[in-house]
Amino acid sequence: MTTPTAVALEDAKVAFRLGDDRVYTAVEKAHLSVAQGEFVAIVGPTGCGKSTLLNVAAGLLKPAAGSIKIFGRPLAGLNRDAGYLFQADALFPWKTALDNVAIGLEIAGTPRAEALQRAQKWLTSVGLGAFANRYPHMLSGGQRKRVALAQVLIRDPKILLMDEPFGPLDAQTRQVMGNLLLDLWNADRKAVLFVTHDLEEAIALADRVVIMSAGPSSRIIGDWRVSLPRPRDIFEVRLDKEFHALHREIWSVLKDEVMKGYAQSTQAAEAI
Amino acid sequence: MSRVTLLALQVLVAVVCLALWQLFATVPVFGKILLPPFFFSNPVDVFSQIVKWFSSGVIWKHLGITLTESILAFVIGSLGGVLVGFWFARQPLVAAVFDPYVKMVNALPRVVLAPIFALWLGLGIWSKVALGVTLVFFIVFFNVYQGVKEVSRTVLDNGRMLGMSEGQLMRHVYWPSALSWMFSSLHTSVGFAVVGAVVGEYLGSAAGLGYLIQQAEGIFDVAGVFAGMFVLSAFVILIDFGVTLVERRLLVWRPTVDGRG
Repeated sequence: MTTPTAVALEDAKVAFRLGDDRVYTAVEKAHLSVAQGEFVAIVGPTGCGKSTLLNVAAGLLKPAAGSIKIFGRPLAGLNRDAGYLFQADALFPWKTALDNVAIGLEIAGTPRAEALQRAQKWLTSVGLGAFANRYPHMLSGGQRKRVALAQVLIRDPKILLMDEPFGPLDAQTRQVMGNLLLDLWNADRKAVLFVTHDLEEAIALADRVVIMSAGPSSRIIGDWRVSLPRPRDIFEVRLDKEFHALHREIWSVLKDEVMKGYAQSTQAAEAI
Repeated sequence: MSRVTLLALQVLVAVVCLALWQLFATVPVFGKILLPPFFFSNPVDVFSQIVKWFSSGVIWKHLGITLTESILAFVIGSLGGVLVGFWFARQPLVAAVFDPYVKMVNALPRVVLAPIFALWLGLGIWSKVALGVTLVFFIVFFNVYQGVKEVSRTVLDNGRMLGMSEGQLMRHVYWPSALSWMFSSLHTSVGFAVVGAVVGEYLGSAAGLGYLIQQAEGIFDVAGVFAGMFVLSAFVILIDFGVTLVERRLLVWRPTVDGRG
C-alpha cells in the first residue's frame, strides 16, 4: 500500500468503569478503516456507541483493548491531524463568529491580522460573510453549525470527525448543510468519519456506510459501498433508483438493531 | 403601561409618602402629633440638612472617603476572589482541604470582625477596606470557582481539538467563563463593598457617610440621620447605575444581560 490509511481501528474495545465498579463495554472489537479522501458514515441505533468510537479516533478516549492508527502511526494523546465537529454547541460564546473561526489559527501562532483575514474568507465560504461580528447567541442553530464548520476547516485538518453535526437542525437546514459540507469536502477530499442516526443522510453523503449493532457491547455488523456518482446533490440523489435499492438493503439490517435498541432503552427506563 | 405613566406613578408614591410624613409630623391629629419631631423629624428639615451639606461642601469629603473605601474593597476583594477561586477550581485537593474553613469563615457575620480590624488597622480607611474585602471576596470567590468548574465539557473538548495548550485553554476558555460568572455577581459584590465601608465607618471612624450618620445619631439629630440615609441611597443607586453600564459593555456576548436587575 502506497498511502497509509487515514484512520485504522483494529479490534478496538471501549469500556467505561461505572460508579459501582462494574464495567460497561460500549464497543466490542471494532474493526474500521478510513482511507485518505474517503467519506465514511457510521450509522447505528441510539446508544450504540458510535460517538464513543469517534472519540477514540479523536484521541479524547483511549480504547481498552485493540489499537488505533492514524496514517499508520499509533495514536498517543489527542489526534492532531483531526478536526472535530461536535453535536452540541461547541463555539466559544464569548467570541464573535469571526474570532471563533480565527482562534484555531491564532493559537497555532498565525499573526492576528492574517488569522482574521482568513477567517473572514471562511465565513464567506460558509455563507456568513455578513455575520462576522455576531456572537453565537445571536445566530440561529444552522448558522452556528456553519461557524463551527468554518472553525474546524480553517485549520485544514487531514481528517474530519463529525458527531451527528446536523442532528439538532430542522430537516431542510440539514439538507442545505449537507450540500454545503459536500461542496467544501469536494474541494480537497479529506478523510471523513461521519456519525449519524439518519440512514438517508449517511447514504446521500458517504462513500461507505458502516452499520453498528445495538449496545451495549455493540459491534460493526455491516459495511456497504455507496457508488452513487459525485458530485452529488442531496436533494437529487434521494430520487435515484440505486439510492432506494441501497436504502432498502441496509435498512433491512438496521431495522432489527433499531428495534433491539429501542426495546433495551425502554426496559432500562422501566427498571429505574 | 407607557413609560411616562409608570414614571408618574413612581413619582406619585414618593410625593404621597413625603406629604404624609410632613403632615403627620407637623399637624396634630385629634390634638396629638402622630410622628413626634424628636423621633421622626420631617421632610423639610431633612431636605434643608442635605442642601446645607452640599452648599457648604462638607459632604464631598465624606462621599469621597466612602467611595475610596468601597472601590478599594471591591478591587482587592475581587482580585483575591478571582485568584483563589481559580486556584481552588484547578486544584481539587486544595479545595477539598480548605472547604470546611472557607465555609466557617463565610458563615461568620462579618460585622463582628469590624472591631478586630479597627484594632489591627486603626480608625483610618484601611479597617473599612478590610471589612469590605471580607464581604466581596467570598461572593467573587464562589462565583469564579463555580464558573471555572462548570465550563461546558464540549467547549473544553473543542478547545483541545483545535489544538489549545493548557495555557491557551486557561486564556481562551477558563478565564472568560470565570469572568462572566464574576460579572454576573457584580451588583451584589459592589453593593457589599459599600456596605462594608459604611458599617466600618459607623462602628468607628473620623470621616465618611457612616461616620456622618453615627455623629448625627449621637446628638439625637434625627434630621441628620435621615439626611445621611437619603444621601447614602442616592450614592448606591448612582454606583449601581455605573455597574449596569460596565456590565452592558462587557457582557455583550451574553443573551441574558438585559433581563438582569
